[in-house]
Amino acid sequence: MPKTIATAKVVGQKVLNSTIKILEVYAPEIANQALPGQFVNVQVCKNTAPLLRRPFGVAGVNKEAGTFTIIYRIIGEATHILADVCSGDELSIVGPLGKGFDMTAEKPLLVGGGLGLAPLKFLAEGFGAGKTDILMGGRTKEEVCWTCIYDELSDKVFVTTDDGSDGTKGTVMALLPELLASGVYDCVYVCGPVPMMKAVANACLEANVKCQVSLEKYMACGLGACLSCACGGIGKRLKVCTDGPVFWAEEVVEW
Amino acid sequence: MVKALYEGRLAVDIAGLKMQTPVTTGSGTFGFGLEFRDFLDLEKVGAVTVKGTSLLPAAGNKGQRAIETPSGMLNCIGLENPGSEYFLEHTLPELRKYDVPVIVNIYGHSPEEYGEVAKKLDVDGVDAVEINISCPNVKEGGIVFGTCPEAAAEVVRAVKANTSKMVITKLSPNVTDIVTMAKAVEEAGTDAISMINTLLGTVIDIDRQKPVLGNITGGLSGPAVRPVAVRLVYQVAQAVNVPIIGMGGIMNARDAIEFMLAGASAVSVGTVNFIQPDIAETIAHGMLEYLDKHNVQSINDIVGLALPNGRASMPYLNK
Repeated sequence: MPKTIATAKVVGQKVLNSTIKILEVYAPEIANQALPGQFVNVQVCKNTAPLLRRPFGVAGVNKEAGTFTIIYRIIGEATHILADVCSGDELSIVGPLGKGFDMTAEKPLLVGGGLGLAPLKFLAEGFGAGKTDILMGGRTKEEVCWTCIYDELSDKVFVTTDDGSDGTKGTVMALLPELLASGVYDCVYVCGPVPMMKAVANACLEANVKCQVSLEKYMACGLGACLSCACGGIGKRLKVCTDGPVFWAEEVVEW
Repeated sequence: MVKALYEGRLAVDIAGLKMQTPVTTGSGTFGFGLEFRDFLDLEKVGAVTVKGTSLLPAAGNKGQRAIETPSGMLNCIGLENPGSEYFLEHTLPELRKYDVPVIVNIYGHSPEEYGEVAKKLDVDGVDAVEINISCPNVKEGGIVFGTCPEAAAEVVRAVKANTSKMVITKLSPNVTDIVTMAKAVEEAGTDAISMINTLLGTVIDIDRQKPVLGNITGGLSGPAVRPVAVRLVYQVAQAVNVPIIGMGGIMNARDAIEFMLAGASAVSVGTVNFIQPDIAETIAHGMLEYLDKHNVQSINDIVGLALPNGRASMPYLNK
């Protein structure tokens, strides 16, 4: 499956909450190929600052329309520039990159937090409406505003917040052991902050449930060349960009 | 080669290494070349310079390894690589399917080890070795050999004694006088010089109040370093009798030509590969446009034109 440098045309942007936006672009060469878990590398402007492309997980595709979406938080220089692009603007996007999720689960449980909920959205769509359950965690109600997306996509939606402003008070670990013990799920897919992913991976190991983690590491190229995003595997080095970003939890020794 | 690319107008000969274009790839920025096959035709790259290769596999540095800086980036990968054995067994055969010269960047922890790697790689399919005496991100070797003229010369001699290949020595800019370094490696027998490696830098996370990079310091690359690199090439070109492969922040044909006017006989694209993975091929088109605009037939004819006495300033061109 060849990677391409696409000149993507911006279809439009939507606001998810005060800091998170959803960007839809037209780039059929990527939209037609992208699989859940894969990412794209976006050049936000043609200047030398910001210099590097920025990686974003694909959050969904519309093959008929030739479009795909990414969901991002406006946090730094590059995402501020991205937040200002308008319908009709062009962006150079390299993709699709990396290896995606294993799609063989019978009853998948998705677990996510923060922007990790973006690639999981595409995964939920990949399995089909109502096929997945999702457990999402955030610090506050605003951080779990993704329920508006997952209510339509997933079957059961479980929510935890650190401050108890929505769902169960605590982290996803407040609910996960019970969900795993139910024996309903044959595979857990987690994408979020590293402490969350480690805790979920450990809980799955204990419960003997398969678990895939989607890692995020600072990367320059996304192509397996720069080795910025290397991590430790069993007896070998792994590249998050090309060996991952999705790994079986037990493959990752040094996160 | 069946037919000369671009009617031979971009062909260069670097101490016997024949390249169809003057463009090679900065070690560590182009993987082993194979990672870029989806984006470009490897046979339209002047030469592929692969990631720094050591005798044994190396895991590289821990912690964050890269961070963007104004018009550039810092990296402290620490020369992670699968080792010479793996390279010879798995990578080289794959790379050899393409008709493109292969330059292997090598490093070791002692002159003897450099010699050993060179010997191991003295095989068919490797066209040249580039001695990395200038990586700022490994504690032993690397920069030690890159900052001391005698140590650098010792490494070059060790490599030359163990290989039949053309030898390039890559210089560090993190020295007081780069001309002294250049002359030392020339004296020791290097066939060519590549320059520059990265400049040392540090970025601090002001909220965590700690350096961002696991290694604290990293090597600065990208367009931010280009004027420094051009200045150093300009100096060295007037002092040595060997060809120079110029690099440091080249983003496009304009930048590549700047290096050649400063005395580089070939160039290398580095950080830009991360942003435009087809650049090592496509940059040739801009070079041809430049030649047409200035009514010059061959790219070789522009080398050194910006020096004080033009090409007469370059000992290498007036041997």
